Amino acid sequence: MSATTTAAGKHQLPREHYLNATYGIRSWLLTTDHKRIALLYLASVTFFFFVGGIFATLIRIHLLTPNGLLVTPETYNKLFTMHGVAMIFFFLIPSIPAILGNFLIPIMIGAKDLAFPKINLLSWYIYLVGGSFVLYSFATGGLDTGWTFYTPLSSIYSNSAVTPAVIGIFINGFSSILTGLNFLVTVHTMRAPGMTWFRLPLFVWAHYATSLIMILGTPVIAITLLLAGLERMFHFGFFNPAYGGDPILFQHLFWFYSHPAVYIMILPAMGVISEIIPTFARKPIFGYSFIAASSIGIAVIGFIVWAHHMFLTGEATYAAIAFSFLSYLVAIPSAVKVFNWTSTLYKGSVSYDTPMLYALGFIGLFTIGGLTGLFLACLGLDIHLHDTYFVIAHFHYIMVGGAVMGYVGGLHFWWPKITGRLYPEFLARSAAIILFIGFNLTFFPQFILGGLGMPRRYHNYPPEFQVLNVMSTAGASILALGYLLPMVYLTWSMRYGKVAGPNPWPSTGLEWKTDSPPLTENFHETPVVDWEPYDFVHRPDLGLAGAKAPGKLAPAHGDD
Amino acid sequence: MHRTGELYGQYKTLEQQKETASLGMWIFLVQEILFFGGIFLAYAINRHLYPTAFGISGNMLSLPLGFANTVVLIASSFTMAMSVWSAQTSKKQLVTIFLILTLILGCVFLGVKVKEYKDKFDHHLIPGHGFDITYCSKNPTACNLEGKDLANEIKEIEEGIELEGGETALNAHAQLYFSLYFGMTGLHALHMIIGAGLLLWLILDARKGRFDVNYNTPVENVGLYWHFVDIVWIFLFPLLYLINRHLA
Amino acid sequence: MSENGHHVVSPKLYAAILAALLVGTWITVQAAKIDLGPWNIVLALFIATVKMSLVILFFMHGKYSPKRTQLVIISGFFWLAIMLGLTMTDYKTRSPEPSRTSYPPAITIHRA
Repeated sequence: MSATTTAAGKHQLPREHYLNATYGIRSWLLTTDHKRIALLYLASVTFFFFVGGIFATLIRIHLLTPNGLLVTPETYNKLFTMHGVAMIFFFLIPSIPAILGNFLIPIMIGAKDLAFPKINLLSWYIYLVGGSFVLYSFATGGLDTGWTFYTPLSSIYSNSAVTPAVIGIFINGFSSILTGLNFLVTVHTMRAPGMTWFRLPLFVWAHYATSLIMILGTPVIAITLLLAGLERMFHFGFFNPAYGGDPILFQHLFWFYSHPAVYIMILPAMGVISEIIPTFARKPIFGYSFIAASSIGIAVIGFIVWAHHMFLTGEATYAAIAFSFLSYLVAIPSAVKVFNWTSTLYKGSVSYDTPMLYALGFIGLFTIGGLTGLFLACLGLDIHLHDTYFVIAHFHYIMVGGAVMGYVGGLHFWWPKITGRLYPEFLARSAAIILFIGFNLTFFPQFILGGLGMPRRYHNYPPEFQVLNVMSTAGASILALGYLLPMVYLTWSMRYGKVAGPNPWPSTGLEWKTDSPPLTENFHETPVVDWEPYDFVHRPDLGLAGAKAPGKLAPAHGDD
Repeated sequence: MHRTGELYGQYKTLEQQKETASLGMWIFLVQEILFFGGIFLAYAINRHLYPTAFGISGNMLSLPLGFANTVVLIASSFTMAMSVWSAQTSKKQLVTIFLILTLILGCVFLGVKVKEYKDKFDHHLIPGHGFDITYCSKNPTACNLEGKDLANEIKEIEEGIELEGGETALNAHAQLYFSLYFGMTGLHALHMIIGAGLLLWLILDARKGRFDVNYNTPVENVGLYWHFVDIVWIFLFPLLYLINRHLA
Repeated sequence: MSENGHHVVSPKLYAAILAALLVGTWITVQAAKIDLGPWNIVLALFIATVKMSLVILFFMHGKYSPKRTQLVIISGFFWLAIMLGLTMTDYKTRSPEPSRTSYPPAITIHRA
């Protein structure tokens, strides 16, 4: 199947592809095709995004007035808890890996499927079972412990439906673990001939690093929640001071996973950005091996900084200094990426297609979020900023301004590949800008609120903070519009969008050499890789100006 | 699941398929190391904080039963390894025999555990209502304690109460030990039950002669899992049963 | 001896490992009955580590596995060490609460 150039006449959908290969509900619910499983995840992850979003809406409406507009204090505790649990465990962690990762990784490495397709399907069902337990918890009294489940509130004193929630998150952890396992083994053993490690797309490197964290970190949250659950159900005394147990032990165990978990949430988004930027700058990415190494570096260093969440728990000064220093250290590989992305833009032929708008937004917002993390890692500052809205703004800049924009941008970038169709460009760019404006209006005031001392997880606040809170809620309504628009036009485009052809942007990865949508087996025959990644120059088939003939194959080393 | 040594669609060679399955199982085991590691960490911290209570509580466990269980599990690892060898050398009947032996030894282990748990229940050592670390020293006949054992026990408890600053404190920390005991051995037993299920599945396939030199990946991989569960017990035994045995 | 390129370990070696494991178990029980103070736990963990290594190397064919597998195994233990070690640094460097002499005070447990 030869790759066609962009806008070179009308394209036609391929006759046979993964969406029409078989029909019927059983062919979807019992599929082992990684692409169909990705779409199954798309549906369920979007559902949980709505669930978390509804709670966020209620929170922001409630905070319009200083004494709380909507709910009782106890219910408010439940709102922010359920918002956190739904968003973190059932949206952010699975989103890019389970949807885009599942869809793209086999194609990007030239394989027919993941290493363990049935386990891939099992992961989705496990996700559903875990999600059901959590939804049951939400419906039968909710949760009011905070998504952090600190003991002894969660294990002894809380009157909310903690047990089913803890069971649900425990089960969901195995979905994560199995996905990570699948990715790791796939990248090791299923690469096509010629696809050496340093020819892998950076998207794959990012997911490899993410999978390392999933395997090494998730079991620890599993055992932690199991222990808290046992304490709640059977009065075992692990974290109960009455028995001599230590609540701080819970925090150590909890954060050993939950800090690396934030890297599970951001690394895949960084992988998406690393694919979008070279495509719309029409230039090879700057510093390929540094970006690849920085992904692994973030994954590794991310495991030794967790106690920066515990600076105010009576940690010894020496331990605190060590963790503070290490937390500064982990910023370095992230900064490497940001520098490399911007350097890629330099002297590139930059266009502002929708995915690029999201990518550029990501770079700016992630940088702000990351820099404010350094504020928090500073011991003296953290004493004042801990548990304030500054922290909330910090992580929302990274998680929403970063991870979600990466997710939405990635969805747009690969939408033609997944569905065979293009979305309406003007509407999409408008939605991106609306989202960007709404996001900043929602969360920038929260930095100021935090600096002024407004505590997080409080259902009310002093009247002088009202203006900023109202701004934040107003921003949230614009943000919501920015989310709803893509849901509408992307759905519309599945039926009525312009047919995209194999390589609409154009881009250089292996996935853009397949049909849009691809065959169930991805390739007509196993590709043999003999080109370097992000090589826009030696690809006359892309139809870009200044293209050269494919040169003699350089010895495979992968440095750019 | 696999019925013969056939090639699944996403693989190019049987070798790739085998390599993939093996790597997958090893990565799964790494994940299990971190899983058990969390509760081992809880154990380590609490033992560090309450050495006296942990010593007294550990001596409540039956050393002969614990030792016997350790021997049983190690033997079952041997029979499991032999089952893999039988498959690799195409001795199909031996594969089944060794798998059955492994399963039997595993069941013996679980049976002993049931007895041990029952004893804890009888001796008021289940965390929660009714927990009393001093029960056996006060009701020696109920615990089959007599003579030197009883004298040692009473002495240990008395010293413990003094060191911990009261019977309530001793009871509290002892409950912490037993929470960890049931948590750790319970989790281990659950993994053994899963292992027994896997062995049963293998036995059913092995009886049909499915495993030989060309295809023995399931036996090998279940073996890896079984050995891992054995290793967890290799650590559980000294940590739970051998704390202050010089006092007993 | 190897079949199909995969190393086959001989039953003799397996039996030797079995014997070593049983001896190790017996030693660790006997050692526990002697009062070595803080060294009891060190010795017990050392013996357990040796036994574990024998199981991994020979029963699980770790010695004959590709380097990649060996790296996977070592990483698992390395990460476990990070979790145990770094957490212990917090506990080891805490100073005791000033108003009490022992950790923690005896409290009455209220049963509902």
